[in-house]
Amino acid sequence: MPLTRDQVRHVATLARLGLEPGDEEFYADQLSGILGHIDRLQRLDTEDIPPTAQVVEVASRLRDDEPRPCLTQAEALANAPAAVDGFFRVPAIQEEA
Amino acid sequence: MTSGDLTELTIKEATHLLRLGSISASDLVTAHVERIEQLDARVKAYLRMTQEVWERQAEEADRKLRDGDAPPLAGIPIAIKDVLCVKGVETTAGSQILRGFKPPYTATAVQRLFDAGAVMLGVTNCDEFAMGSSTENSSYFPTRNPHDLLRVPGGSSGGSAAAVAAGEAMISLGTDTGGSIRQPAALCGVVGMKPTYGRVSRYGLIAFASSLDQIGPFARSVDDAALVLSLMSGLDPLDATSSQRPGMEVLNNYGAGVKGMRLGVPREYYDVEGIEPGVKAAIDAALLILRREGAEIVDVSLPHTDYGLAAYYIIAPAECSSNLARFDGVKYGLSEEDSPNVTELYTQTRRKGFGTEVRRRVMLGTYALSSGYYDAYYLKAQKVRTLIKRDFDAAFEKCDAIVSATSPTVAFPIGSKTQDPLSMYLCDVLTLGGNLAGLPGISVPCGTSDGLPVGLQVLGPQWGENVCLRVARAYEEASEIRAEVATPSPLQGRGSG
Repeated sequence: MPLTRDQVRHVATLARLGLEPGDEEFYADQLSGILGHIDRLQRLDTEDIPPTAQVVEVASRLRDDEPRPCLTQAEALANAPAAVDGFFRVPAIQEEA
Repeated sequence: MTSGDLTELTIKEATHLLRLGSISASDLVTAHVERIEQLDARVKAYLRMTQEVWERQAEEADRKLRDGDAPPLAGIPIAIKDVLCVKGVETTAGSQILRGFKPPYTATAVQRLFDAGAVMLGVTNCDEFAMGSSTENSSYFPTRNPHDLLRVPGGSSGGSAAAVAAGEAMISLGTDTGGSIRQPAALCGVVGMKPTYGRVSRYGLIAFASSLDQIGPFARSVDDAALVLSLMSGLDPLDATSSQRPGMEVLNNYGAGVKGMRLGVPREYYDVEGIEPGVKAAIDAALLILRREGAEIVDVSLPHTDYGLAAYYIIAPAECSSNLARFDGVKYGLSEEDSPNVTELYTQTRRKGFGTEVRRRVMLGTYALSSGYYDAYYLKAQKVRTLIKRDFDAAFEKCDAIVSATSPTVAFPIGSKTQDPLSMYLCDVLTLGGNLAGLPGISVPCGTSDGLPVGLQVLGPQWGENVCLRVARAYEEASEIRAEVATPSPLQGRGSG
């Protein structure tokens, strides 16, 4: 199933990728080629086949809910592009009233 | 002993000399650093050198060697792929979006090797976020194959494979999501192993596709790969998918030889589309050797092989589109922090920070998971994953291990596949089934085709690392083919230097 330029714009928006001029056509073309290969999956009858998300049997393991050492606030913020008063700084989310 | 000799040693040989006191850990590091200074401008295996780390670790290794309580890897020089966090050492997944990121913790697999005495030389190049089969998707520069500088080393762990092949490290770590350890090992003529999913903790690994990723070693002998893997393996409370099985079981009986073993040759792998005649000839020769050693070669079938790539290129991009959502310019790395609002901050940071292949896969994954397409693509691919796993289960009813080529081709010229993503994806057609089914697999050098290395892949059943190692070791010993250190001449391809 070929991918249209509108669909490329839609998924790029969903994934917050930000497109450059010419990208819509470039990715529509390339992704359509890849999806052309992937479409062979539709040939298989999988009606009664359960999906596999995880191949190794691992029982869910929970740890005891006890305090233990973790990163300090300073360590957690050490890589922050912008930190203020112990917080990660981001642009305002709401407009001022 | 010259420094050249020191960079050709295996762990076994180096450890012997270190314990005799005829060389020190510092000598070993110095020899490797000199070799890197001499060669790496050509090979470009390393992104960053970690002098502070190696000085501290070599000194500690020498102290322990003097005191007689040296751990198993004391003084062994190791290179680490740029997707594994090392506390305080810039780790970027080959991407601009993580430029400057210094992790506040160290990956468990790496820490266990440090605890075992390994000495870190530096951080190796890879495809951005481990997405690629040639290391050309690194946002820094491509790495070159030490056997021919005009060709790729494979990928995504191309820097780690090239470093070991060129004598720029004794061992290294890579990660394998669809073949990213085994394929570059094959193309660079070294040993590379991907463990069973869950064998090695993924804590501190920058995630690509969480249900497929595993960390594993590169080395120049099967024994070295086995030792390193055994030291990395085992339960880690910090990774809920890590297995409780004892790590040392990967070594069980692995020196026993192949006499009486049944080795399955899947006809779909043996005659895979695009396999080069020279690769096939090398595999035929390897099968003869294994038969001569007493193995029974049996015909098996993996009927859904033709669908593996398609399923993989839904599942891996879907998982990556989710995993890579965290790179948003807020917590670490690149940030377009002057953006007027949060959406623009995310969008502009990701526009500048991600390269073409990452964008391609994030879009593919987002599409496959998006409303209206989930059942047709993602759910369908997960069902086909079940069929592929059942293929392997059925094959292992008839054989103890599966043998094939690791890659259908030898190392290809730089730039020859970058315009056609599908042709690049097909590099992993013989390896990605092992990831979809969670199997352990090893690639071991099995001669050359047109002068370039060919790899023999051995896949085992889940938790059968010892079976893979057993076949690989028996083959290595009987074939007398060793991973030889390559020394490329300046600015020349193969045949001219």
